[in-house]
Amino acid sequence: MSAGNTNEVLLEAKKLTRRFGGLVANQDISVTVARGMIHVLLGPNGAGKSTCINMLSGDLPPSEGAITFMGRDITGLSAAQRSRVGIGRSYQRTNIFPQFTVLENVRLAAQSRNQQPWRIFSKAMGQKWALDKARACIDEAGLGRRVDWVSGVLSHGEQRQLEIAMVLATDAQVLLLDEPLAGMGSDESAKMVELLKKLRATRGILLVEHDMDAVFAVADVITVMVNGQMLESGPPEQIRASVAVQQAYLGTEESFHV
Amino acid sequence: MNAHASLIFKLVALAALACVPLSGESFYVELISKMLVMAIFAMSLDLLVGFTGLVSFGHAAYFGIAAYAAALLSPKYDAGNLWLLLPGAVGLSALAAFVIGLFVLRTKGIYFIMVTLAFAQMAYFVFHDTPVGGGSDGIYLNVKPSAAIGGWEPFDLGNGTHQYYFILALMVLVYLFLARVLQSPFGRVLVGIKSNEHRMQSMGYLTYRYKLGAFTLAGALGGVAGFLYAVLFGFVTPELLSWHESGNVLLMVILGGMGNLVGAVVGAFAFEGMRGVFESWTEHWQLLMGGVIVALVLFLPGGLSSLPARIRRALQGGEAK
Repeated sequence: MSAGNTNEVLLEAKKLTRRFGGLVANQDISVTVARGMIHVLLGPNGAGKSTCINMLSGDLPPSEGAITFMGRDITGLSAAQRSRVGIGRSYQRTNIFPQFTVLENVRLAAQSRNQQPWRIFSKAMGQKWALDKARACIDEAGLGRRVDWVSGVLSHGEQRQLEIAMVLATDAQVLLLDEPLAGMGSDESAKMVELLKKLRATRGILLVEHDMDAVFAVADVITVMVNGQMLESGPPEQIRASVAVQQAYLGTEESFHV
Repeated sequence: MNAHASLIFKLVALAALACVPLSGESFYVELISKMLVMAIFAMSLDLLVGFTGLVSFGHAAYFGIAAYAAALLSPKYDAGNLWLLLPGAVGLSALAAFVIGLFVLRTKGIYFIMVTLAFAQMAYFVFHDTPVGGGSDGIYLNVKPSAAIGGWEPFDLGNGTHQYYFILALMVLVYLFLARVLQSPFGRVLVGIKSNEHRMQSMGYLTYRYKLGAFTLAGALGGVAGFLYAVLFGFVTPELLSWHESGNVLLMVILGGMGNLVGAVVGAFAFEGMRGVFESWTEHWQLLMGGVIVALVLFLPGGLSSLPARIRRALQGGEAK
């Protein structure tokens, strides 16, 4: 695995629009994810962040607009096909195999890269490459001491880490992470932020997040969405200084805290 | 400990089954032959229901298609060749399952149940309302297939004991085959689909193809059972494809405990055993059977195969206090 050039554009969405009947959930959203960068989608509830990430991951087809991955048009690809080209995602609501062990969750993710479905007589646990890969990704996500635990009994924060390990095991170049910090304690949050920074070095990350401290701690680019539209996009300093953003979002947020 | 106990149970059960023909009672040999056939049928459905999460309510179609193939492909007054008939019948069931699977696997949940039922009913009416297989009267398999290879005949299906051991051997083979498949990368994907299909897709699995593979495999193994049924009774009727049979095999799987191959076997034996006993008491045996199944689902939701773990827990709980 080569690290590739930093700032190489991996994922590019141009003018994505998604309508649900008469409701326009996303209008003309353009985002890019580059290697070595963390791009954060910010916005109040109902701003359309999840719709946007669903269009990028292939869970939801856009009504209009185009998505390219490393120069290739992937607008028509399904979620499974996008995973195969190198886009991995985690979900806002924890989405794992709760009856399986941590190892089996991640091993299945690793197996997806070399599926060999016709080998019905070989043992899955005999595929050393998949097991090694799974263990490495579990370690990378900081779950090494939970390898043999049934994943359903892990704490919420650990399940979020498990989601990351699963995405890593698919060799994803772009990570689409929907609120990876949601419901985490401050300790767990801090660990996850460190992990995200580490992962950024070799991959591109798009993040939906509410935790302001975390957002400004990790973001290289922030796109603020309101009512399904892009309000402003740029580096954190620009967003912090933006009057429009303060009025639409940060202002109300701060008035809550004061 | 647990794995040991399970292995011992299997070996003891197998030894007991192997001893049945020694009794010399042809009634019991035939009854248990039928149970073994149904055990194969139930295991094939469990691959779908218990391991892949696909509740098929039309599994009798593949059983019946192979049964009819056994009768229709055999020469009328002469023995057919077992080594051609068996793969031929199983192949036809697999083909039917593949083609039907192409359509039904596009649906989910309640729709999947209804569409599998609809296709099975179509197959039922093909045999019921057209003269292909003797219409509603069914058709006889006059002479049992011959196992002769060249001039050598390893066993004779006309002999009840030989037939019994042949069916037992196939049941064990199907069990070992499925147990192995479930350990394979393919099998792990099926279990993953049952647990969380959406997540499997987002990890890059084209789950439709895996489900089609499982559906075809289950149809083929259901065909093995149907073929053996035709050989055992020498008589095939459209009722073999009816939704009653699809329901019965589903009940066997539920009775034994879904997602457990030994459970499917135990469920098939329990179902056929109860049917035999209740039928000897009253012609309204289905009423009794219904009551037993309701009671089991209420008090033992994991099926009969969950009984040992339950008992162990109850005993340990007793000791702890």
